[in-house]
Amino acid sequence: MLADPRISWFDASDGQADGGIDLTDQRADDTLHIGTTTPRIVEDQPTKSDRIFGGTTTTSGLVVLVLLALVGLFLLLRSRDAFDVAGWSFFTRVEWRTDVDPPEIGVLGLVAGTVQVAVIAVLIAIPLAVCAALFITDYASARWRGVLTGLIDLLAAIPSLLYGIWGWLLLSEQLAPLSAFLARHLSWIPFFATGDDPELVQSMFIAGVVVSLMVLPIVASVTREVFAQTPPGEKEAALALGGTRWGMIRMVVLPYGRAGIIGGSMLGLGRALGETIAVTLLLPQLPLLTWQVLESGGATVSGFIATRAGADDFTTSGLMAAGLVLFAGTLATNMAASVIVSRSRSGVGVETV
Amino acid sequence: MSIPTEQATEQAVDLTAGPMRSIDDPLAGRPPIRLVGGPPPGAATLTARGACAWFGDHLVLENVDLHMPANQVTALIGPSGCGKSTFLRLLNRMHELVPGAQLAGEVLLDGQDIYRAGIRAQEVRLRIGMVFQKPNPFPAMSIRDNVLAGLKLARIRCSNKQELVEQALLRAGLWREVRDRLGDAGGALSGGQQQRLCIARALAVQPNVLLMDEPCSALDPTSTRRIEDTIAELRQHITVVIVTHNMQQAQRASDHCAFFLATENQPGQVVEHDTTETIFSDPADERTLAYVEGRFG
Amino acid sequence: MVAPVRLPPRRADVAAASATSASTAVPRPRRRPSEFEGIDYATMAGCAVSALALSWVVFTRLTEGVGWFGFVLVVYLCFLALYGLVSADRLGRLLAVDRLATVAITSGAVLLAAPLVWLVGYVVLKGLPSLSTDFFREDQGGITPSMPADAGGGSHAIVGSLQQVALSLSLSLPLALATAVFLNETRSRLRRPVRIFVDAMSGLPSIVAGLFIFAVLILPYAEDSDVFGNNGLMASLALGMIMVPTITRTVEVVLRLVPDGLREASLALGASRARTVWSVVLPTARSGITTAVVLGIARAVGETAPLLFTSVGASLFNSNPFNGPQESLPLFVFRNIRNTPLPTQIDRGFTGALVLMLIVLTLFAITRMVGGERKGGRRR
Repeated sequence: MLADPRISWFDASDGQADGGIDLTDQRADDTLHIGTTTPRIVEDQPTKSDRIFGGTTTTSGLVVLVLLALVGLFLLLRSRDAFDVAGWSFFTRVEWRTDVDPPEIGVLGLVAGTVQVAVIAVLIAIPLAVCAALFITDYASARWRGVLTGLIDLLAAIPSLLYGIWGWLLLSEQLAPLSAFLARHLSWIPFFATGDDPELVQSMFIAGVVVSLMVLPIVASVTREVFAQTPPGEKEAALALGGTRWGMIRMVVLPYGRAGIIGGSMLGLGRALGETIAVTLLLPQLPLLTWQVLESGGATVSGFIATRAGADDFTTSGLMAAGLVLFAGTLATNMAASVIVSRSRSGVGVETV
Repeated sequence: MSIPTEQATEQAVDLTAGPMRSIDDPLAGRPPIRLVGGPPPGAATLTARGACAWFGDHLVLENVDLHMPANQVTALIGPSGCGKSTFLRLLNRMHELVPGAQLAGEVLLDGQDIYRAGIRAQEVRLRIGMVFQKPNPFPAMSIRDNVLAGLKLARIRCSNKQELVEQALLRAGLWREVRDRLGDAGGALSGGQQQRLCIARALAVQPNVLLMDEPCSALDPTSTRRIEDTIAELRQHITVVIVTHNMQQAQRASDHCAFFLATENQPGQVVEHDTTETIFSDPADERTLAYVEGRFG
Repeated sequence: MVAPVRLPPRRADVAAASATSASTAVPRPRRRPSEFEGIDYATMAGCAVSALALSWVVFTRLTEGVGWFGFVLVVYLCFLALYGLVSADRLGRLLAVDRLATVAITSGAVLLAAPLVWLVGYVVLKGLPSLSTDFFREDQGGITPSMPADAGGGSHAIVGSLQQVALSLSLSLPLALATAVFLNETRSRLRRPVRIFVDAMSGLPSIVAGLFIFAVLILPYAEDSDVFGNNGLMASLALGMIMVPTITRTVEVVLRLVPDGLREASLALGASRARTVWSVVLPTARSGITTAVVLGIARAVGETAPLLFTSVGASLFNSNPFNGPQESLPLFVFRNIRNTPLPTQIDRGFTGALVLMLIVLTLFAITRMVGGERKGGRRR
């Protein structure tokens, strides 16, 4: 490095380092040139190892970009068969029937089911997650903070398969009487209505409850990060004015963290939309379009794909098409969530986990 | 975003004028506002008896006995790190918010110990307000909502909110600059304006005492001067306790002074407290004399 | 500049006065004034009992039962309502709302432990009776669903899981590390789009990853070569796709926590950027990177959906991930529990589920021990 011939510190010609501003002209000129100094352009010549470093890391960064593009591309290619047969009605048809000729497949029922389960899950998860995040940032002592953070991380670490089997074999039976109660007494609300003598065990409601446990850690983590960045000066000011702790939270913490709550919820929504294995167990995976979430029935895109793995070529092509729809939907949701969180006052510096 | 300078909207303050001791009440002729659910009106005396403060096991303040008379400005002076701010936070029960903080002794507000069991910190803080070193208005709320924030937090009812906002801003010396833009966000003001907004916010709940923790240390001289004028005028209505590093400010703005000192082995203590004139012209303790003469600190 | 000034000596009488005050015993520190006093706890207990009684009356005498889960839920909500009302009466609305918020938030947060305990307890209870050392030695060759739950074993599943996770880690870790370094240590203009896409990729549904590998590699090339058929390698590729964003983001966070001062010191010594990263930044972040790796492993070992299209599973031992379907723990559990209603089969699945859960819990415990300063603990 020291022997770099481009830099000669000992150029004897004028005693000045190369590239300096030559003041001799101006001095000879007697008039003062004010404001003629322009910044020098500084360029660092990268070394060979730096170039390799830059190249390797940039390539790997681009690999991610390329991978995602490939996923979309190949799903699109493979789903051509299905689109050729089904056409635009793929997006409007509810049922999925490959036993007729030509096969009638449609993704509307799947999408509806996916969205319903995800919305139920997120609606249940948001208040619990905000509670947990508020507890960690504003109520807990240091010891309990660590316990609860660990608890949330543990909830996130448990595989969704285990949630699925627990939910299907145990929780469903405990929730069924609750569903029955709601169906009997609150059936004037369209969500809670059911048919006569309904089967209540494999319902989208119960699936939503189980998926909410998987969504909860994501929402809780993001909101906790956001709440922790609330400016302490504002919190102090609210308390010094004679506010109670809850008053301080309502006036300072929650408004500051609003974008984080929204962003975290959307991330959770994205997770719920993509949840596969738990809903495979919890739903019968027969496409339906209905508001009656308490009753057994319904399918989600990912669960439907999972139950029909290994089917014939045409069905697989249809599954690819459904997968493409799901991919686009979750991608859009996650990217919107990232943008919302990063653009808010509270979101600068938050990593959307 | 360019920060508006105060000179642009107000005639320049003469910084070389001497301390202004008699100020016209900006609220002359205005109807008094009555608050329902707020603190009882008037200025109150504060007395600390044997106050000690710990952070964990570390004793930072020892045996402070100090009387802060009503309708007077008491300045707490001393070098940094000797417990002045900690003592100030003892006075409005903000010290206990720090995890591991402990205290001993009594703080009497008009003769009643604010730490007695059964008295809520939230009620104490309504009667003893605080302005912090770094201005902390609520940036997303409008100026008007900022001033009324204390009422909202404590659920205090007021029949004439507009009048209250105007009076609080007048008292804080901010009204003329913001009268036309009460709906603007509180965070869009300059530093000095923000601090005056915080003062207005603290005054809106009509506390009996106002604590100020180095309120001008982050501000330019013009804002500092304005705030000192505000303090001088405020003393007619409430008691003021101000922590300041700036001895000249203490001399200009206060009636009483308490000199705090802490050394390596000793926690913070009050070395001497007396009227400002005595402290600065003829203090009893040599350390006080050394400090006010600028020989250390 | 100025010679340090010593504090002037204290005058004798002042010194004496402060000496006496120091020698007097400092009054015992008062405990921090606490928000909740005895009467608050008594109120809470009373409200809890009332809520219980009220709900019991409603659900046994007035309407039909609602299942014990629903009952507990109703009791909790009743308790909150009653506590709010009683506190409002005693303390006034402002403080009552504050108290209610404290109780609700604290209990809500702590109750999150309930589903966790319930789930773990359930899996242990159902899986433990059939668990024996045979599970780690035998496979499911020749086992029919009606045979008892402890017949055969899951060694093929365990081996499969280990191999697939190891393969996917070896494929994804270098890529993830390099991407994280790219995002945090370079100044490229491409950082922003790459970060957005890494975020997006972390939301990729796991089934889509499996579908993708199936579409790209298995469908076109399975007939040509077994390496592209249904085997452990394909599963590892799908799992790798899922692990990359997880590891990348965690490592990026960890790298961000490395103080800039270290990088500056290294550059000032004349090291190139590459050398700085390799010799200074990465070693400093070592524990965090280990945490990220372990978390990635924990995620991969529990993933089921991508395996359905790629390795599809088998009941016989297959220790060659490059050839032929390979079983892994999640597939073992999934198929045993889902495919038949026979209780023996279901119990067999639970044995596998228990082993899976123990593996995940162990990995989680390792991360807690290794990652001393987790990002969760740092922020406050």
